[in-house]
Order: sequence, then C-alpha cells, then structure tokens
Amino acid sequence: MSTRKLLLGDEALALGAINAGLSGAYAYPGTPSTEILEYVQSNDVARERKIHSHWSSNEKTALEEALGMSFCGKRSMVSMKHVGLNVAADPFVNSAMTGANGGMLVISADDPSMHSSQNEQDSRFYADFAIMPLLEPSTQQEAYDMASYGFALSERLKVPVMVRMVTRLAHSRSVVEVDDNAAPENGLHYPENPRQWVLMPGNSRVRYRQLLEDRKLMEDEAARSPFNSLTPGTDRRIGILVSGIAANYVNECFGEGCPFPMLKISQYPLPVSPVAGLADACDQIFVVEEGQPVIEKALRGVLDRGVKVRGKLDGILPLTGELTPDSIAAGLAKLVPDMAYELLTEAPEASQIVVPRPPALCQGCGHRDVYAALNAALEATPSAKVFGDIGCYTLGWLAPFNAIDTCVDMGASITMAKGAADAGVRPAVAIIGDSTFTHSGMTGLLDAINENTPVTVIISDNLTTGMTGGQDSQGTGKLEEICIGLGADPAHVRTIDSLPKNFEEMKALFSEEFAYEGVSVIVPRRECIQTARRHAKGKKQ
Amino acid sequence: MKSDIILAGVGGQGILSIATILGAAALADNLYLKQAEVHGMSQRGGDVMSCLRLSSSPISSDLIPQGKADMIVSLEPMEALRYIQWLRPEGWIVTNTTPFVNIPNYPEQEGIADALSARARTVAFDMDTVAKEVATVRASNMVLLGAAAPFIGIPQEKIEDGIRTVFMPKGEKIVECNLAAFRAGVARSRSDEK
Repeated sequence: MSTRKLLLGDEALALGAINAGLSGAYAYPGTPSTEILEYVQSNDVARERKIHSHWSSNEKTALEEALGMSFCGKRSMVSMKHVGLNVAADPFVNSAMTGANGGMLVISADDPSMHSSQNEQDSRFYADFAIMPLLEPSTQQEAYDMASYGFALSERLKVPVMVRMVTRLAHSRSVVEVDDNAAPENGLHYPENPRQWVLMPGNSRVRYRQLLEDRKLMEDEAARSPFNSLTPGTDRRIGILVSGIAANYVNECFGEGCPFPMLKISQYPLPVSPVAGLADACDQIFVVEEGQPVIEKALRGVLDRGVKVRGKLDGILPLTGELTPDSIAAGLAKLVPDMAYELLTEAPEASQIVVPRPPALCQGCGHRDVYAALNAALEATPSAKVFGDIGCYTLGWLAPFNAIDTCVDMGASITMAKGAADAGVRPAVAIIGDSTFTHSGMTGLLDAINENTPVTVIISDNLTTGMTGGQDSQGTGKLEEICIGLGADPAHVRTIDSLPKNFEEMKALFSEEFAYEGVSVIVPRRECIQTARRHAKGKKQ
Repeated sequence: MKSDIILAGVGGQGILSIATILGAAALADNLYLKQAEVHGMSQRGGDVMSCLRLSSSPISSDLIPQGKADMIVSLEPMEALRYIQWLRPEGWIVTNTTPFVNIPNYPEQEGIADALSARARTVAFDMDTVAKEVATVRASNMVLLGAAAPFIGIPQEKIEDGIRTVFMPKGEKIVECNLAAFRAGVARSRSDEK
C-alpha cells in the first residue's frame, strides 16, 4: 500500500531510506543537505526504531560512523553538502577501497549557482575518482525510489553508493508515492572478506585490482538501470544526453514532447553502450547536465576529434550557475535555429528600479555586538588582519561591519590567522562560530597552542548551528574546557556575554588580548535570536 | 488547470507558509505540484523567491520559465518587481504595498507604486493594515494569500481547509485568526477587481 505525500527532495530521500530498512543516518548540517537528517530526526518510524540521527562533529566523522555501521552489516547513510565531501574525502575515497557490507549511501548535495556556498564543485567527479556507483535523481519520486534501489545496489556490488542531489531538487517539493510500511532492518553480520577492511599496502593492492574489475559491473548495472532511459525521437539533427534534473528542464522546453532522441542518465558510471547508440543515430550530441561538464568532458576526451559534442564547453550553455528552462531553450535555439520561435518566449524587461537586497545578520543577533566591539578595538591597531570563517558571521564582511578579511573553508580562520602571525602580522585575529570550531577549528587551535603563536581566537558562541537553521552544536557547554584541554592558558581563555550593554567591556577585553604575545581565546556568548524565539514560543505553549 | 506562481518577499516574512498552505490544498485537490525554494544564507533578511507550480497534468520543471508565470504574489512591493521578467503579459501581480526597508538604498516608494500601477492586472494594497484590523499584523501573509486566491484556480474552501490543516497544531484561535485575515484579503481583492 502507498500514500501520496508532499515532500522536499531531501525529505523524499530520507523517507525512502527509512522505508528501506535504514539503521543509522549521519550528517553535519550544510545547505542544501540539512533537511535529510532533520527528516529522520522527526520521523515516527525512525524514532520508534531508534534509528541513529544525532548530528556528527563534521562530515569526516559522519562518513566514518556510517562506514562503521555498514561494516556491521546494517544499512547506513551519510549526508553532507558538496564542500563537506572535501572534508570527508579521505574516508570517502577509502570507503570504495574497503567496500560496504550493509548497504551504504553517501549523499552529497551540490549547490550550483552558489545560493549558500563558496564554490560550484560537482560531486560526480568524486564518484568517478573513487570508483563508486552514483545515482542522480531527477525528481522527488526518484529520490525516494533511489534510496531503496541504492541500498540494494550497494549490497549487490559490495561498495558504497553515492547519491548526488542539487539545490533545486533538495529544496523543491512535490507529491511522492511512498510505501506505508518500512522494511525490516538488517541484522548484524560481518564482511565475507575481512582483509579488504584493513587497508595496509599488501591488502590494498589486491583490493584495488578487484575494484578496477568491479567497475565493469558498476557500468553494467548503469547500462540496465531503470533510471537511465532512452526516449526515441524522429528528428536526428541532435541527440540530447541529459542528466538528473536537467531532464525536467529539457521536457519543459517541449510542451508537445521532445522531437529529438533523448538519453537520460541518472545512474553512473556513464554506460558506454547507450551513449554510443545515441551518437551513432544522431548528427551531434547535446549534453545538458547540472553542474560542471562531467559527461561532456568524458565524451570529448582531450582530442575532441570524434563525435560532435555540444554543451557547456563550446558556449551553447553557460559554464557557471545552475541551468534553467530558459538557458536550455536558448541553447537549443542556437543548435536548431528553425525551432527558435517555438522554443523562446519573450520575457518582460527587468525592472530598473529594483536594487539588490543582500542578506544581513538578524537584528538582535549577538554576532552584531561582537563585530561592533571588535571594530572599535581594532581602531587602535590598523595593522590587524581578521580571518573569518563559515557561518552567519561571514555576513560581517558586508556593511556596516566590513570586519573580516577572509572566508575560505570550515576552520580556516584559526589556521590562516596562525599563518599570518607566523608571517609577522599583529594582531592576527580569527573569528569562528561554535559549531564551526568543533567541526574543524580545534586542530588548528592545537597547532597555535603548540607553538604559542600570538593569535586571538574569537569563538562567537550562539549555542547552535545558526546558518542552517539552528541544529544542535557539538561544543555547546564545553568550549572553554575544550580549549583549556588542548593546552590554552586558562588566564587567556575569556568569556563574555555578547550584549549591547557589554560593549565597552568586550572592546577592552579584545584590546587586552590583542596585546598578548601568545594564544588567546575569547568566547562571546549569546543564544541565536532565531532559536531563542523558538524556545520562548515552545515554553509559552 | 495550470497555475504558475512566483512567491516573493524578504527572508523571514512568511512566504513559505503561503507555499505550505497551497501545497496542502493542491494535495487535497489531487493536483500535481512543484514548489522550489531556497534555504540558507538568503533567509537572513535577503530577497527570497519560491516557484510554485500547480497543474491538473504532470509538471516537468521545478523552475518557472521567464515570461510564463501566471502570477507574482509578493509580501513586499519592490520584491514583486524583482521578478517581473518571469510574468507573462496578461499575468497578475498581487502585492503588499508596505515596504520592508532594511537596506540604505531602498528606492523612492513613489517610483515603485508607479511601476506597479502601470500594469493593468495588479492588486496592490496595504496588507499590514488590513491584517491589523481583522487579526494581527503577523497575519499579513494570509491577507496576501486571500488577495491572490481568486486568481489561483483552487476553490476558496480548499484553500481554507489548507489553512486549517497547517495552523491546527497551533490551536483553534490561531486558525480563526488566519482565516479572518485570509477572508479579508479575498474581500478586498474582489472589490478592487471591480
């Protein structure tokens, strides 16, 4: 029996996994992947079954925890945003080497157009590099169906399976047919070949040869995948090779049905035979894929002298930003100019009066008070450099604060401040949030402590993971202990409430620690205004 | 039936509640639906937009193509104009006229009002005041939903059921408050139309 439910792509994938007998979900929050674990946390079956759904400290720990569960024969999944996969790259690549025992899904949510990210990297490269099958849902229904299919595939091929989401599917709702009952969980059972889980060189060499052999099986699976399909067309001037959600946009362009043969790819490795079939039947191949030109590059190769390939690399489609029905219609109109009239819609002119409205820190946010005091303290030391990090407080770069010089990746504030201090900068200041600190800041702080590098580390503690909507933060209630435990001098681990009334005191505290030739940690603390409001509402009801 | 709607506003204003209610109504009405939204950084007081597509036949794209939207429904007047490229020539703009000024270079309000009234098919009024009169100012998004309701293509009762479904967990009083705001929006929109 099944029910129709309105679900985000993220939620559909999570529910699909629960209904397929999931035993553990692991994640660190990151847009657009956050709702996957949140859905597991709020799901009744998951609660009843005590399916693991606590947030992990970062994507690396999350992936290893999921791999540990898979080792024991149970079905696990780990979810993260695309740049989180960089953090988890070591266990990710090596999980293809160990293989999976219980089915394991590694979900990476890409953010083309950088709605809430620092780059547009395409996770499909990782799957290819690690030699792992990859599923790329094009609809919420496919996201749901692929969870169960992916677990079975993972257990069949004995390797984790990557699922690539993109913002427009992760954060788009649609009606999904879902099963009414959840399949039972796997029982504990251990790998048939225990050697390949010990990646010492002798074992790894044997395993790697096997993995290379298994790639053929992965490709065979992709060649007969129910998610890869060829729609015939009578007009052979172009064959469209489309992947994931780009298929929806291509279909949108042709209200009456696409006249060109269209091969939709939602399972990788890219199966050669159907692609070759399309190439043989058509004059040229138009590759339409969300993200970087992964398939297009593979088809062109370095020589690019074979089949005529069109796409992002020759400017038919834009190389940056997410695809839209409009950009694809424009691309098609370039390839088949006689169809331009039916493909293109005249759109009204953009309004000239509208100005940009960038995001800003909330009114009443403690980070605001930290930046106000920091800027005041820095007035006396114009030689200072302030290294920022990833979170709401990155908005401190914008007016009116203009307070930070850098923002690179999770944890880079502390380590870059250390590098700058090593180069002679005084004061070298790092500003990082509490959740980012426990994600990737602690190890950098240890580096600074071990050399007593003169850096001032401000951990602006709002008791939550704010930017992604207020998930539990792993260091709450123990930040000072962590810093002192790492070896920071307790006399230079200082705490203050980040409130407007403490402006002068906070400014003085910053100035004092700037002058100290060693590691200082300052923890301005005040609950996130968003979570505080929710907590207040919860109490009222 | 096909209705492609751009929901617009400023992060935190409550456009996603409108989307949730119409989603519940569409599900109950057995319609196909796709609703794309953006989470994360933009929710911190920046401009936010959601594409809501309702149809009696399957929908392909989660995004609405430019020049094809049937309606722009906005909680803020400048935000209504931000997406004008998506609106088809005979499409409707339904917008609150109360500006949300959180940027130093917010344009002259007269210019915005002129741009809105230059279009024939526009319903624009101060929804905050209407909300205050019948409920609370926080229900202005329900006034907006009511003002848009006559053009959406879902029966009014079904949308009211959606409001009940979505607000029921918060109690009967909240449901009534939101229904009152919704009905005030419908009434005002119908009278403006004439």
